[in-house]
Amino acid sequence: MGRITLDKVSKSFGEVEVIPPLDLTIENGEFTVFVGPSGCGKSTLLRLIAGLEDTSGGHIRIDGNDATHVPPAKRGLAMVFQSYALYPHMSVRKNIAFPMKMAGVPEDEQNRRIDAAANALNLSDYLDRRPGQLSGGQRQRVAIGRAIVREPAAFLFDEPLSNLDAALRVGMRLEISELHERLKTTMIYVTHDQVEAMTMADKIVVLRAGVIEQVGSPLELYHEPGNEFVAGFIGSPKMNLIKGAEAEKHGAATVGIRPEHTDVSTTEGTWNGVVGVAEHLGSDTFIHVHETGLTDMFTVRITGDIQVKHGDKIYLTPQLDKLHRFDAQGLRIE
Amino acid sequence: MARSVTTQRKIINTTAAWAVGLLIFFPILWTILTSFKTEATAIADPPVFLAFDWTLENYTTVMERSNYMRFLWNSVIIAGGSTLLGIIIAVPAAWSMAFVPSKRTKDILLWMLSTKMLPAVGVLYPIYLIFIKLGLLDSRTGLIIVLMLMNLPIIVWMLYTYFKEIPGEILEAARMDGASLKEEILYVLTPMAIPGIASTLLLNFILAWNEAFWTLNLTAAKAAPLTAFIASYSSPEGLFYAKLSAASTMAIAPILILGWFSQKQLVSGLTFGAVK
Repeated sequence: MGRITLDKVSKSFGEVEVIPPLDLTIENGEFTVFVGPSGCGKSTLLRLIAGLEDTSGGHIRIDGNDATHVPPAKRGLAMVFQSYALYPHMSVRKNIAFPMKMAGVPEDEQNRRIDAAANALNLSDYLDRRPGQLSGGQRQRVAIGRAIVREPAAFLFDEPLSNLDAALRVGMRLEISELHERLKTTMIYVTHDQVEAMTMADKIVVLRAGVIEQVGSPLELYHEPGNEFVAGFIGSPKMNLIKGAEAEKHGAATVGIRPEHTDVSTTEGTWNGVVGVAEHLGSDTFIHVHETGLTDMFTVRITGDIQVKHGDKIYLTPQLDKLHRFDAQGLRIE
Repeated sequence: MARSVTTQRKIINTTAAWAVGLLIFFPILWTILTSFKTEATAIADPPVFLAFDWTLENYTTVMERSNYMRFLWNSVIIAGGSTLLGIIIAVPAAWSMAFVPSKRTKDILLWMLSTKMLPAVGVLYPIYLIFIKLGLLDSRTGLIIVLMLMNLPIIVWMLYTYFKEIPGEILEAARMDGASLKEEILYVLTPMAIPGIASTLLLNFILAWNEAFWTLNLTAAKAAPLTAFIASYSSPEGLFYAKLSAASTMAIAPILILGWFSQKQLVSGLTFGAVK
């Protein structure tokens, strides 16, 4: 079991309040992702849950029990760090065994769990090696193995893929998702990468300056961003946010339209501009348009290929049913 | 043009290094040579370098007159004991300074080091009186404590420097894995810091072995280590340079051999942290 409740949890470092009082419930078995720009407090929040930082106020409950002042070792949570944080002087086997040794698990049970974890993570051939002799991806798998064998109430991941190269990152992302499908254990995952957030999460928590901007499933956040910040943060390329007269036409202070919800033509359309850069990815084309009179740069995304080049005139038509409207405070207007 | 070390340059560098090395080592070499001379040759003018009748007479005399083994044993106990005690106290201290520093940690470290700037003789009187009161005069226990206190700032500093190099996330991982503070220090921090701890042990053993001020002033017969053994051949015996040299050679031989075999460890230990 692993239901985690934060009740008015806050954190200050000296005079600076990095997390104002905050409420959040993470249901048992849920894959929750904390996402936000760097410095938004997402890692601090995770460390508060882990017990590696003391809260300045509020209560943390794990399965209903108050864990606010319980030391990290006794919370029954396992953590995977960005730097892997393996014990360099121990073999892979001993690294994985360490939490069980601390918990006093009998040796044959330890070996059984190590073998099971090594099998699941493709580490069987490396059990006698030291972490220094492994690649980044293998090290991360050892770190995950060390977390699995404890059979924790929840897994905490602190940007675990940031140190891996792009190709490995995609592979590990899938492995972690599959692990979650198999174990059905609560997982809390911190990242600044909204693609990781969108692809892995059951529930995304978008944070800015220690404040929760929105909580929801990936598609809820995509289709119905609660405010301008979430609208701009979730989705790649970013949503185009338009202020001024054009927004007022739709009865809003700001309107947003995603790059993929804008039709393009070389002959006619609602708005027009001049092509700055066209990025051809083969499957998609991103066109960055200048001189629209709407925003500094308007981005559109077209499936497939379109032949436009720098300086070409181009017409844009938003799909009006996909238009997002925000009021002067930046909140969504339904 | 690529920077290359020419043969000529190599020869100059090597010669210079040997020259400096010899210059530093010369007093020790001279002591060792003198220990094999007769008393007359030892004070000959001009001095004789190698062409003299080598003799072991000084060593036999010294061995007959004093109980070398007792002094040696005292040295081992005092140097070893003070170093071990120092490490036991310094590991937790350095841990807290490196991993849970407060606003004053840097000040405390500097203050600790500043105590090394005080001339030892400045506190001789109070320490002597305390030793009388506590009945620690001429006891190995007393010397272990004093030498430990004397070297503690250096031990803490060295360990602090090593611990600073260990990533905090690894210790946090140990905490998440269910390790108590004791287990964290015992199973994770200490094994990772072994090279650093080893060179700290070694350096402090050497410092304690060579320490002469407190060992001479606080001991008489019972607890006297090898420094007192040397001293016993200096003043009361007058101009017996050859015997004094023999005693000195016997006193420094163990530590010289230890230093020789561990020089790699010592050098890498002392430059650790300075060079990444």
